[in-house]
Amino acid sequence: MISRTAAARPAWMEKPKPLTLVAKGVALVVVLGIVIMPFVVVVATSLASNKEVVANGGWVLWPSEPTLRAYRQIFNGGIVTDALWVSIGITVVGTAASMLCTVLLAYALARPKVYGAKPVLLLVLFTFLFPPGMIPAYLLVKELGLLDAYGAVILPVLINVFNLVVMRGFFQGIPEELYEAARLDGASEWKILRVVVIPLSKAVLAVVGLFYAVSYWNAWFHASIYLEQDHWPLQQVLRTYVIGGAQLADSGAAEAGNVAAPQTIQMAVLVVATVPILLVYPFLQKYFTKGVLTGAIKS
Amino acid sequence: MVLYKPVKQPETKRNQRWKRFHRDRVLLLLMLPGLGYFLVFHYGALLGNVIAFKEYVPFVGLWDSPWVGFDNFSAMFSDGDFWHAVWNTLFIAVLQLIFFFPAPLALALLLHSLTSDLLRRFVQSVVYLPHFLSWVIVVALFQQILGGAGLLNGFLGDAGLNTVDIIGNPDAFKPLVVAQVIWKDGGWGTIIFLAALMQVNEQLYESAALDGAGPWRRFWHVTLPQIRPIVILLLIMRLGEILSVGFEQMLLQRDAYGPEAAEIIDTFVYYQGLVNGNFGYAAAAGLFKGVVGAALVYTANKLAHRLGEQGVYR
Repeated sequence: MISRTAAARPAWMEKPKPLTLVAKGVALVVVLGIVIMPFVVVVATSLASNKEVVANGGWVLWPSEPTLRAYRQIFNGGIVTDALWVSIGITVVGTAASMLCTVLLAYALARPKVYGAKPVLLLVLFTFLFPPGMIPAYLLVKELGLLDAYGAVILPVLINVFNLVVMRGFFQGIPEELYEAARLDGASEWKILRVVVIPLSKAVLAVVGLFYAVSYWNAWFHASIYLEQDHWPLQQVLRTYVIGGAQLADSGAAEAGNVAAPQTIQMAVLVVATVPILLVYPFLQKYFTKGVLTGAIKS
Repeated sequence: MVLYKPVKQPETKRNQRWKRFHRDRVLLLLMLPGLGYFLVFHYGALLGNVIAFKEYVPFVGLWDSPWVGFDNFSAMFSDGDFWHAVWNTLFIAVLQLIFFFPAPLALALLLHSLTSDLLRRFVQSVVYLPHFLSWVIVVALFQQILGGAGLLNGFLGDAGLNTVDIIGNPDAFKPLVVAQVIWKDGGWGTIIFLAALMQVNEQLYESAALDGAGPWRRFWHVTLPQIRPIVILLLIMRLGEILSVGFEQMLLQRDAYGPEAAEIIDTFVYYQGLVNGNFGYAAAAGLFKGVVGAALVYTANKLAHRLGEQGVYR
């Protein structure tokens, strides 16, 4: 499928002109710089001392006396610490629930000629074309009595159709003979799923699981409309205090003289919200092109 | 190999159906949680769209609120604010088509032209990353870099140049949101183009080169025609989603830039319904967007399908 596997230039290709090489090099450096630069500034500012931040007008490229004061302050109990735990809880519980429901439905829809599978699949795909809309979704959550319950930020987004289609496509690619062999051994559908299908699908399970985890971690809109302020996850707190410009009314911040500059705190919150994504990114990177592409081609 | 017992008498349809149901009962049980989710949170919510034909009274709830027919819709169609939101949506969508759509293609061509696999993989890893950040983080990063006290103005000031007023300036809103979407998803968008470029038959390049075609002519006569079907396909799909220009991104910045510059259909629904409490009115606007949007996506899919076939046979 991939025509160019060797690192070398093919024999028919002429040597690139120096000017072309320079132009390409400049373009690459600019692209990389634009992507990486904001992260450098944010991390540097979060580590900088108050004096430096103030002297520099709010940002620092390289902290001369790095300090972890901002991080100590936000982890010292208070809004950000609480929000961090909420985010972790929503991400863990949400991902587990989503994976369970997605795997079960994808598996049942992947088996050939299952009774009722066709209408169910159509029902699922139609939601892709016609989402219910923000207001009806809100009223439904309200009628179900889920306002200010963590279920309100998990249940309405329990299954992502794209993830479901990717997983179903992968399950369908498992050779039919394996199913037949397992059935001849007397295994039930449930056992086939556990013993045959899941061990063969580690790659797609990893991709879909990470996609779910990233989306739960990044979510803030549902939290902003369904949850009270003291139940907010980190992204919604970040939104209010960094984009909205509100002050962090931390109890820890009251100790006079030992308070980090507001910019430093904001940037530290930004770093804390980003780091989990950076941590799982290498794993995503390892699997996603494969998983995403098989799914994209299928649909 | 499954051996069936010979059937003695012809089975009725109902009988057969019951047999299949009985045979698949475990799988049907596995389906239940997911099916329940779609029925409750998609089709249940879909039913809630009846509120667009009612006047929502919080005390009596969704079902007992009084019917008002098409009042919400006629009010909406004569509401200048609504049409302004439609205008902003289409304006931003067109800007995205012109400036955001070609960006991943250009980057993919650059990446594809790299002969070093290692370098290409490194650049790919870097440029895919912003796709996984939340809009909150992206907007905050832009604020930090382009804001009045940000990195860009710091450099401009140090160099003795005029500083630029971008963050919070309504005139700069539309270019800014396009720049944000390029930063966030420009790299991610290369995946599909790179896959298309990788599938171009190497021999086409080779014979073109042997016939004396230089890099530019190979690009013009081999690369472009080969990836044209996928480019057209993606363009059509994007046109089908022209009414969606990034709700979260706009909502995060709508307050700072004002409705004049930043109100799109989705944020109009949000402010009318969830902020002002006009649920019926807001649901009407949302339903309008949903119906038109679904029709556009459906048409785009049909069109893409037709052109896709042509693309294969030409």
